[in-house]
Amino acid sequence: MTQDSFQERIWNPPAAVPPGTGGTVAGGRVTVAPAAKIRVRDLNFHYGRFHALKDISIDIPEKRVTAFIGPSGCGKSTLLRTFNRMFEIYPEQRADGEILVDGENILDSRQDIARIRARIGMVFQKPTPFPMSIYDNIAFGIRLYERLPKPEMDARVEQCLRQAALWDEVKGKLHQSGTSLSGGQQQRLCIARAVAIKPEIILLDEPCSALDPISTARVEELLKELVRDYTVVIVTHNMQQAARASDYTAFMYMGELVEFGDTATIFTRPSKQQTEDYITGRFG
Amino acid sequence: MTTPAHEHIVKSYDEEMSRLTGEIAAMGELAVKQLEAAMDALGKRDSRAAQRVADNDDALDAQERRISDDVLRLLALRQPMARDLREILAALRIASDIERIGDYAANVAKRSKTLNLSAPVPLAGALAPMARMAGRLVHEAMQAYLAHDAGLAHAVWERDADLDTLYTTLFRELLTYMMEDPRSITACTHLLFIAKNIERIGDHATNIAENIWFVVRGEPLGEPRAKRDVTDES
Repeated sequence: MTQDSFQERIWNPPAAVPPGTGGTVAGGRVTVAPAAKIRVRDLNFHYGRFHALKDISIDIPEKRVTAFIGPSGCGKSTLLRTFNRMFEIYPEQRADGEILVDGENILDSRQDIARIRARIGMVFQKPTPFPMSIYDNIAFGIRLYERLPKPEMDARVEQCLRQAALWDEVKGKLHQSGTSLSGGQQQRLCIARAVAIKPEIILLDEPCSALDPISTARVEELLKELVRDYTVVIVTHNMQQAARASDYTAFMYMGELVEFGDTATIFTRPSKQQTEDYITGRFG
Repeated sequence: MTTPAHEHIVKSYDEEMSRLTGEIAAMGELAVKQLEAAMDALGKRDSRAAQRVADNDDALDAQERRISDDVLRLLALRQPMARDLREILAALRIASDIERIGDYAANVAKRSKTLNLSAPVPLAGALAPMARMAGRLVHEAMQAYLAHDAGLAHAVWERDADLDTLYTTLFRELLTYMMEDPRSITACTHLLFIAKNIERIGDHATNIAENIWFVVRGEPLGEPRAKRDVTDES
């Protein structure tokens, strides 16, 4: 229902916009809406008998930052983790419905999970560098998919570290251990590692919760760079971060998607009372 | 979204918000009193009372500064969102409107002192109903503010047109009077300015009403308002 009103605005433009351009009119400005990269349809998720996601339908726009917000246990991380079938390593977890990435249902068991995860990178709450050199943290993933001559590999590693805004800080110590970096640098190393295999989508699960404000600002700035090439989905407890860093925001509560819309609207004029109560700090 | 807001989890946030609301309400009340006192001084040709009204304007200015400080602090420390943000933004705008209303009331008082230097003009009496109407609009705008009543705010917004009509009528009467008796031109010109001041108070009451609408509904009160001050067309 909520999604319908959002989709109505985003995907079915009002008459003022030429049909077929898929845009919205906001404050007299005509903006062209991005296409959906991920289309979730009637997704239900169970942890054993616990019904964690209830009939979720949402369109994640391509090459935009989409934030999932909501109180602990609302299902936002669960939803994020279904996007690369992370849950499959646990036998008692089950997802029903459809998650269409470019029209292909990734929940279909015939889909190659290694290929899915190559297309969809993930960064976790705690930085998880491999216990190897900074260089190898990046090269390791690339070697799984490509055989590159040394000069090309060097160039790719540099490119990834530059994309993650880390190059200038580590270029003189590429062969030191990744774990020797600061928390913020480690997290950017993980982002560099995620972009190394050229994914299409990057999922970030609370990537800044262990970082100081300056490192957080660097990661947020990095997100703005990344959306030029990737579709970014971020789960965050920090509403200000969602407001600052995302283009679209989804508010979830108790396994349901309460409201989804462009970030400016969600944080200035949400249409649901529950959203309003949550973002204004009134949630009881 | 017209349902009343729940309380914040952080209680001190609620306390700061209600203090802000209280300050705005007190400021509005003072502005209405200033207008009433100015009109009283005008009616009684009491220059000393008029001077007191003019001096009292400093109190309104000080209140506005206090509200600005509170708004600044709330924005910086609470990082308000959605309705809270609209509420705080509106408080700043409403305080500025009330401050202007106070300025106009002080102007009325100052002009009434000048009027007292010449012989009484009969038409001065016609200003009283206009001022009463303006005072009522401000008062009701403040009631709408305290009650988050978008309907009442809309009513205030619409009724400003009546004040404009009164002003236009008075403008024409004063013009006729001045043409008939050129000796009254000085006094009538002061009366005209006073009338214009009162008419402007009505405009600020509609600004306040628009802000209340924005707080409650989350959208601007967009439709074009009927304008009955047509003196620029005559």
